[in-house]
Amino acid sequence: MRIAGLAGLLVGSLLAAGLCYGAASIPFPIPNMFKPESTPAASIHRLSLFVLAITGIIFVSVFWLLVYSVAKFRRRSDDDGSEPPQVYGSNPLELAWTVIPGLIVLVLFLATARVIHAIQDAPRPGGTLEVTVIGHQFWWEFRYPGLGVVTANELHVPVSDPAHPTPSFLTLLSADTDHSFWIPQLNGKTDLIPNRINHMWIDPQEEGVFLGQCAQYCGVQHAKMLLRVYVDSHEQFDRWVEQEKKPAERNDAVSAGRRIFETTTCINCHAVSGTVADGLFGPDLTHLMSRETIAAGAAMNTPQNLRLWIRDPEAIKPGSLMPTMNLNDKELDAVVAYLETLR
Amino acid sequence: MHDTAAAAASAEPQWVLPSRGPVAMYSLILAESSIFTIFVVAYLFYIGKSLTGPYPKDVLEVPIFATICLLSSSGTIHFAVAALRKGNTGAFGSWWFATLALGGIFLFETGREWHHLIYEQGLTISTNLFGTTYYSLVGLHGSHVTVGLILLALGMIFMLMGKVRQEHAERAEVFSLYWHFVDEVWVVVFTVVYIVGR
Amino acid sequence: MASESIALPRAAESTPGITERLHEWVVTVDHKKIGLMYILYALVFLVIGGIEATIMRIQLIVPHNNFVSPQVFNRMMTMHGTTMIFFVAMPILFGFGNYLVPLMIGARDMAFPRLNAFSFWLMAFGGLLLYFSFIGGTGLYGAGSAPDVGWWAYAPLTSRAFSKGHSTDFWTLAVLVSGFGSIGTAVNFIATIISMRCPGMTLGKMPLLAWMNLVMAGLVLLAISPLTAAQAMLMLDRYMGAHFFDTQAGGSAAIWMHFFWIFGHPEVYVLIIPCFAFVSEIVPVFSRKPIFGYPVMVGATVAIGFVSMTVWAHHMFTIGMTSYANAFFTFSTMVVGIPTGIKIFNWIGTMWGGKILLKAPMLFCIAFIFQFLIAGLTGIMLAAAPFDWQLGNSYFVVAHFHYVIVGGILFALFGAFYYWFPKMSGRMYNEGLAKLHFWIFFIGFHLTFDLMHIPGMLGMPRRIYTYEPGRGWDIWNLLITIGVFFQIAGVLVFVGNLLWSLLKGRSAGNDPWDAWTLEWATSSPPPDYNFASVPTVRSRRPLWDLKHPEDPDWKYE
Repeated sequence: MRIAGLAGLLVGSLLAAGLCYGAASIPFPIPNMFKPESTPAASIHRLSLFVLAITGIIFVSVFWLLVYSVAKFRRRSDDDGSEPPQVYGSNPLELAWTVIPGLIVLVLFLATARVIHAIQDAPRPGGTLEVTVIGHQFWWEFRYPGLGVVTANELHVPVSDPAHPTPSFLTLLSADTDHSFWIPQLNGKTDLIPNRINHMWIDPQEEGVFLGQCAQYCGVQHAKMLLRVYVDSHEQFDRWVEQEKKPAERNDAVSAGRRIFETTTCINCHAVSGTVADGLFGPDLTHLMSRETIAAGAAMNTPQNLRLWIRDPEAIKPGSLMPTMNLNDKELDAVVAYLETLR
Repeated sequence: MHDTAAAAASAEPQWVLPSRGPVAMYSLILAESSIFTIFVVAYLFYIGKSLTGPYPKDVLEVPIFATICLLSSSGTIHFAVAALRKGNTGAFGSWWFATLALGGIFLFETGREWHHLIYEQGLTISTNLFGTTYYSLVGLHGSHVTVGLILLALGMIFMLMGKVRQEHAERAEVFSLYWHFVDEVWVVVFTVVYIVGR
Repeated sequence: MASESIALPRAAESTPGITERLHEWVVTVDHKKIGLMYILYALVFLVIGGIEATIMRIQLIVPHNNFVSPQVFNRMMTMHGTTMIFFVAMPILFGFGNYLVPLMIGARDMAFPRLNAFSFWLMAFGGLLLYFSFIGGTGLYGAGSAPDVGWWAYAPLTSRAFSKGHSTDFWTLAVLVSGFGSIGTAVNFIATIISMRCPGMTLGKMPLLAWMNLVMAGLVLLAISPLTAAQAMLMLDRYMGAHFFDTQAGGSAAIWMHFFWIFGHPEVYVLIIPCFAFVSEIVPVFSRKPIFGYPVMVGATVAIGFVSMTVWAHHMFTIGMTSYANAFFTFSTMVVGIPTGIKIFNWIGTMWGGKILLKAPMLFCIAFIFQFLIAGLTGIMLAAAPFDWQLGNSYFVVAHFHYVIVGGILFALFGAFYYWFPKMSGRMYNEGLAKLHFWIFFIGFHLTFDLMHIPGMLGMPRRIYTYEPGRGWDIWNLLITIGVFFQIAGVLVFVGNLLWSLLKGRSAGNDPWDAWTLEWATSSPPPDYNFASVPTVRSRRPLWDLKHPEDPDWKYE
């Protein structure tokens, strides 16, 4: 019994430490749902604390009852072997421990229903940013229909001031199987399901980078379908949009690489605006160099990684749908040099 | 055990529990209802959602004759079991045969309808959502009719070999529960496919 | 061959050879032997499923590990879940039910012994078919081997376009076939419990184990068929060009989810209700009191059966259902916690005022109550849809359901093993080893599954073969994996104890626990015909009445 108590204490303190570890002020790279930075995430957070409090009270009471009954009614070593009083039940008790849990359920349900409604049926204020998110195996496509911007894997949104909110509304679609968009600090997750249109909204109130990843098993490389949300100040966001709207810069120094890119099957999958490349199967590469990661977060966006990715995608993300391009070293160098100009 | 038995024997009423045959068949029917419900739900869900034709109202003809046959076979099997309970094996054989025949006609009519739909209307299971849900639902029902017909035929063979006696009435009744179920399912399928879905 | 016959010497006639003994088991229709075959089959698959879990946990012990490839990991993930649900939990519970129900209701066998055997062999074949996929699944493009679509096999990942080869077909057909076996077993349980009770045993006088197996069987009938239907639809899609889940033709991916979870949720109640039964039989005997509130326990179980059919979409809170649908399923899921809580209170009420004996069966049951309480409460957290929008599909959910399945079901099963092992084998197990098993396994279970809640709350999704370092998940994954090795050690002690006791345990006698239900009235192990004469009962505890003729139960019930 004592060992159980000690074990419980150990586990309990580890649990508490874990939550504290997450809850202490660490930069946003910890996707901790208990550090919300957006209104829907904050609503969920408040509800979660309420639910945790109630379930915590229930746990402590029932656990105590259990431990007490085992301790108090243990057979003593000097027991005479007689049977204890044979009690068959008690209707008042049964009523009590039906009605009280029923009331608790009612309270919990009402509190929950309120939050469900607040998040899902939130009215859309005017002037919000509209983004269409399309899930692919194993990357994210982001389109800003009002702004004429197409990008991949790294979502940029403007920060929202609680006094004058500028939320972003995401329309969630899928090009193939089920996916799920989950950035814990900004909102709960919502799935991307083919032939179905889902919606969610976020209004991040702190600038920075928020991390998440696909949360619905979608195939071999589900694990590396990572997500980044860059929350920019309004000026930064506008500058980003301006740059993203532009077609690709044409730089004659890398024309060799561009020719290889445009005459190989690269353009079957990838698009580079302002050129003949208009493939839709893979990420838009027009402003590839504006992104910090490649392969949906599987590697940092460095020339070496880019070269490795094109030479042998299996080395970075085995099972991804990017084929090995079978370019020789000279071709590889040329193509990488070209891609490096796509800012 | 023994002392309570001795005391109990004189005073206790007779210990009668439901017979296991019907209990088992009702349980099976519960499971079968569940599977049919899912196919019916799929049918209802996909009404009007086919992206291309042919559409139900274009190609479906209400199978009145086949339905009358199948539903009458519930009546004939009822009479068959009643006859056997009274020991009238001759009448049992006639009514049993009628059930088999009516069921066979129903299946034949379904086959004719499908032949028409496939070869003249170009509707297959892969044509569109209507084709998918229609053939699977009607086909699931048809497969259950087929199993029933096989068992009916088996019973007919035993009948012709002279092996059916009055004490088999309960087994026949258990089978008739299955047959009635198949007919009731047809009422639902008929309503969903030929009335609601059209 | 010539028609001369060879006279066998007398000695060879009396000791059956190994082939004869095997043959006896293969063709048996005796519920006890079939029960033991189910249990043994499940234990073998428990070890296999455990190995699959261990492989996953080793891969996850550090971020960016290279122990197995993502393809292998995803197969392990799928096979572990499928194996544990369909080829461990269901068979082992059917096995215990098969063994105990006829004995406890004073019957000589199940209602349909041949159907019983047929159902077992269907299920057994399903398991072998699933594992054959490792060899036979390679199809087009060499893309095959074991299924890797997750044990829920969500559409359209399972369509031919995204699941090449035959791996998905092995999943579909193996589970389909074993589903038919489950329906056969359920029909048998219901017919047996309704039609084969001994004289005097009205429904209100039968042991709770019989009641709970009855409710479980009813749920199987209602719940397995939707899965069968969905799998038939999937096969039609994959091979006949049907469009049930073909989103390009207007089909719906969500409808697979609905059909699957209409099966999947009642399924978990199918798994836990027999474990409630074990606890409801063991706790009274080791508290020396009758179960507290028998009628309420029956009512609560039936209520759980009904309500469990209305909660399925709490597995789908994130798919974008309307707020009304989400609110409804939040409500129904929370409501199903009420009868479950009532049971916990009744078990504590049974212990209250008793004389508790802390032997291995009771230790496992007390741990069950403690762990099931926690699992139920994390379930309430997940029932609150917005909370689920964060926690769903994360390691929090994985922790929750393993808490139920390992902390609840497996602990109750260990308790049941120790409690009924003397009856089934005629020998007592070693109590010291059993307690050692308990503590080692308890520590390992809590190390793994308590801590597992944390990465979920810190954003770690499930079904990932590796994860990014620096997200706060690293230390927890390390400790979680370490806990696995404690659990393995515990299971080894358990298996060792069973084997040793089978060979060398002291004789148990008819009734080593001084218990009160009919199985203890016959020898250990029982003879083929169970009882010399069919018993007649007057109360819920016929052996109490016999042992206490001055104070029988039927005076108070």
